[in-house]
Amino acid sequence: MIVRISGEGQFKLPDADAERLNELDNRAVAAVEQGDETGFRELWSQMLEIVASDGNAVSDEELVESDVILPPRDISFHEAKDEFSGDGLIPD
Amino acid sequence: MPGLAGRMSTVVKAKISRMLDRAEDPGETLDYGYQKQVELLQNVKKGIADVVTSKKRLQMQSQKLEQQVVKLDTQARQALSQGREDLARTALERKTLAQTELQSLDQQVKELEQQQEQLTANEQRLRQKIEQFRTKKEVIKAQYSAAEAQVRISEAANGVGEEMADLGLAMQRAEDKTENMRARASAVEELEKAGAFDDITALGSGQDDLDRQLSELTSGVQVDDELAKMKAELGPGGGESPALEQGEEKA
Repeated sequence: MIVRISGEGQFKLPDADAERLNELDNRAVAAVEQGDETGFRELWSQMLEIVASDGNAVSDEELVESDVILPPRDISFHEAKDEFSGDGLIPD
Repeated sequence: MPGLAGRMSTVVKAKISRMLDRAEDPGETLDYGYQKQVELLQNVKKGIADVVTSKKRLQMQSQKLEQQVVKLDTQARQALSQGREDLARTALERKTLAQTELQSLDQQVKELEQQQEQLTANEQRLRQKIEQFRTKKEVIKAQYSAAEAQVRISEAANGVGEEMADLGLAMQRAEDKTENMRARASAVEELEKAGAFDDITALGSGQDDLDRQLSELTSGVQVDDELAKMKAELGPGGGESPALEQGEEKA
């Protein structure tokens, strides 16, 4: 699967990561709903960590669409309230 | 749907696919799409230039303030050695305020530097993708009769569209940030104009009100501590030190 971190580009990840990301995404939505910023930050950094450890940067020559677009790394908690709502970034 | 960035790119994608669907001549649409991409690239350059301008302005302010801090510190010492604790206190209050502003300016310069680096990297990536799109579009135009062509156009266009939308978002965020910093720079300029960082040799009549405001702005404790430290450094009987730099004794 192709994941984009907004502002940083696209990464190719094993499809198996989709489930892990989705789970973190759902928990992040719950954290945001509860106004738990510390919890959200922890989950968000775990999501970024998956991309960092498993992802390979998509080359600049490739024109492909992303399956998942993650918001900018330095997303504020306020912005997160818009992003991590409902189904979250990854629809179930 | 993917998040904020996703929603933005969806809008762009939708526009591009609509364009492609309606197009009688896909070749023309591809050229138009390419032209739009190149235009965006120009905007990105302007955006980066804006960030650089704001950064330079803050850096200049920061250098000015640094000089004032050194000057005010020297003057505080000189005033104290002449037994003018009141003047020394005024100078230290101004120095404290200048230092506080300086810290915040330096932090913002750092942030702008990061913004600039990120935007530049993004711009280079988009430039590559657009170049790739240009090559691809010529291939697609030449082989348009092939059954796959339509699919390939969408793929390529959507790929670039997503990249463009993402860069648009990065630019928007950079712009918001620079906007905040411009406001900050103006606020520092206002303080400067009001004479808040003037050295104490420039003190004339009518400064009483400003000084009152300054002592409210700056932390009294910090000024007291520094004053005490300076006194200790100078030791007793510092009355033989040279006269206040450029200044006259206030009657």
